[in-house]
Amino acid sequence: MPLVEEGRAPESATAPAVDPATAREYWKKTSGLMWTVLGIWAFFSFVIHFFAPALNPIHVLGFPLGFWFAAQGSLVAFVVGLFWFAKRQNEIDEEFGVQED
Amino acid sequence: MSQASGEKDPFIGALGKIYAGYTGGFVVFVILLAILEQLGVPDRIIGYLFVFLTIGVYAYIGIISRTAVVSEYYVAGRRVPALYNGMATGSDWMSAASFIGMAGSLYALGYGGLAFILGWTGGYMLVAILLAPYLRKFGQYTVPDFLGARFGGNLARSIGVVVLITASFVYVVAQIVGVGIITQRFLDVSFTLAVFLGLAGILVCSMLGGMRAVTWTQVAQYIILIIAYLIPAILMSVKISGVPIPQLMYGIALERIEGLEAAFRAAGQTPPPGVTAFHTAPFVGANGQFSLSAAVNFFALVFCLMVGTAALPHILMRYFTTPSVREARQSVAWSLFFIFLLYFTAPAYAAFAKVEIYQNIIGQPIASLPDWIRNWQIMSPYGVPWINIVDANRDGILQWGEFRIHPDVVVLATPEIAGLPYVIAGLVAAGGLAAALSTADGLLLALANALSHDVYYKMIDRNAPTARRLVISRVLLVIVAILAAWTAGNMGADILFLVAWAFSIAAAGLFAALVMGVWYKKTTNAAACWGMAIGYIATFGYLIHTEFFGLYFMELFGNRDAILAAARQTANAATASAEVKAYAASLVANAANVKDGALAWFGNIWGPQLATDSALLRGRVVGRLWGINNISGGIIGVPLSFLTIWLVSKFTQAPSQAMQDFIDDIRIPKGGVRLADRREAVE
Repeated sequence: MPLVEEGRAPESATAPAVDPATAREYWKKTSGLMWTVLGIWAFFSFVIHFFAPALNPIHVLGFPLGFWFAAQGSLVAFVVGLFWFAKRQNEIDEEFGVQED
Repeated sequence: MSQASGEKDPFIGALGKIYAGYTGGFVVFVILLAILEQLGVPDRIIGYLFVFLTIGVYAYIGIISRTAVVSEYYVAGRRVPALYNGMATGSDWMSAASFIGMAGSLYALGYGGLAFILGWTGGYMLVAILLAPYLRKFGQYTVPDFLGARFGGNLARSIGVVVLITASFVYVVAQIVGVGIITQRFLDVSFTLAVFLGLAGILVCSMLGGMRAVTWTQVAQYIILIIAYLIPAILMSVKISGVPIPQLMYGIALERIEGLEAAFRAAGQTPPPGVTAFHTAPFVGANGQFSLSAAVNFFALVFCLMVGTAALPHILMRYFTTPSVREARQSVAWSLFFIFLLYFTAPAYAAFAKVEIYQNIIGQPIASLPDWIRNWQIMSPYGVPWINIVDANRDGILQWGEFRIHPDVVVLATPEIAGLPYVIAGLVAAGGLAAALSTADGLLLALANALSHDVYYKMIDRNAPTARRLVISRVLLVIVAILAAWTAGNMGADILFLVAWAFSIAAAGLFAALVMGVWYKKTTNAAACWGMAIGYIATFGYLIHTEFFGLYFMELFGNRDAILAAARQTANAATASAEVKAYAASLVANAANVKDGALAWFGNIWGPQLATDSALLRGRVVGRLWGINNISGGIIGVPLSFLTIWLVSKFTQAPSQAMQDFIDDIRIPKGGVRLADRREAVE
């Protein structure tokens, strides 16, 4: 393992990287994605568990469904949701040409 | 792609090989120990080998990663690939509470404990969409760096540092308690000595190489902890269901638990204190009926843990180490995946352990209990034995309520419970140690960096030479570590309770300011400072007030009956002083003169189902505003903090054009950042 290397100094800038109109559109779309994912988050964090008492009598492979959602179902949704978010945001970056070079 | 990963860095390129070799080596090591055990090597030696050899490996990585370069020390040179940063974040994140405590809490609380599972995973969605990419783009060294640059300098920075230190210190003490528990059990030394032994293991990883050393040890620690967590669960699953996929098969265990619980209840038995009688039932009270208070507590805890996740500096600063914004986002997803592997398994662990105990231990004659129970009937630092057999009805048979196991023991003792060879118990101990050490490392680094970089370099001596900054950072690291170990050695406290405090404090102090700083352009400096201060003071004050001055809290917020109930509880509180007890007794004696508290209208604003009450917890009378446990204290501070920032921003002068440019720049991955204040640049 190399012991001493220079790290990259943080960039400083004097001009914006893209023109303000593109930046505005980009931010609008990024915000839209943020609210979508925030909605998914709220649904799997809270909303679905409001129904846990109603879901619990349904058993799948022995799991009461309400319990399963809190123990596993929501977790799967979080992981899948985040990989989807990363992919979607990259697409938005590329659409507006604001990805890092 | 970014510059850093575009260059052909031989070390980064070889990472896959290095860690594959390391994993293989670890597996061989475990097999070797298993053979040694079969050859008759005593358990104690196996335990020693596990603890010392794994710590030795971490120390080795820590030492070869030593560095004298500032950006290496603070952000590992910003070249940690998304996948590895995900692993490092995973072990940074998964603490003694996750590894040792979580399955135990699920064992005790059943559905109620799932709040921890949800809360400690869902928060990563907030990290990814609201914060990590933007903090990475901002691209400096610490979270207070961002607060300082965005909110006009040292005042905001100082408040951030105070919140960071409170939350991280509370958290690191809990980790050191965890290290002490494991070391005590497997090395057979006193708890205080165990704490200091563990400390040496923590320091050797982080002191010389800072973030760089911590990153690469954390990846190594993740590999050990996940192997150590999955293997016993898989073996238990095979034993109970015949299929090696615990995450899928514990449904069978849940059904059996439901059946056994019903049988115990039918026989008129009650569960031991703190253990639910209805493992899978959501939001129920002790009688099995729906309880609004249980539901409110569940969701409040989920909320606080999630928001806290997105505000804990030792986690956020991990995303400063990726080569690019894009990789920062990707890295959050990987982090959650690696965390998910363990959390997804924890409920299985709890269910299998519970079936094993309910089926094979309860109902047996106490005289003929298996050996592992005796191994754990040693004193815990909490003043009761880890496993406490209380033959309440003196019939010589172990009833449901007579088997009392401390939640922290469930994971550590599971291999023995299931009759697995001792080498598996050693493996679990090594995993627990890896979890506690890695989190403690990350936290100590966050603490020391805040003090050395934010306080010393940014606020005291702007011209300090690099060498001196790094020396100061290391000295502070050692001082903070010793302070934390001293506190841990002198305090008996449940790990989960302390950890959850850290989440509420970070959530209320930092989350609103960070999120509004990125997403609400009009957030002004004054608004952010007020928001952080009010969130922090409200939450931390609430925690202290309810936990340590519960009776006085009740006199303020409780109605007459609740005050009298709290006064009666005080008589049984182990830690209450004689004066407090005398005062409580005088309240009870003069019950006719006791009136509703001055703020009782506020404490009972939601009606009798969510009335302010108190409970006897941890030897104290603990107040509960609206019936919400104080581990969810952030539920009050977080909204208050958002509200304050929004309102004050309305009435203060809007941020300057330079600041708006700065915000525009951090929102876009491409290009540099135009700092509003040049002095905020790090190099």
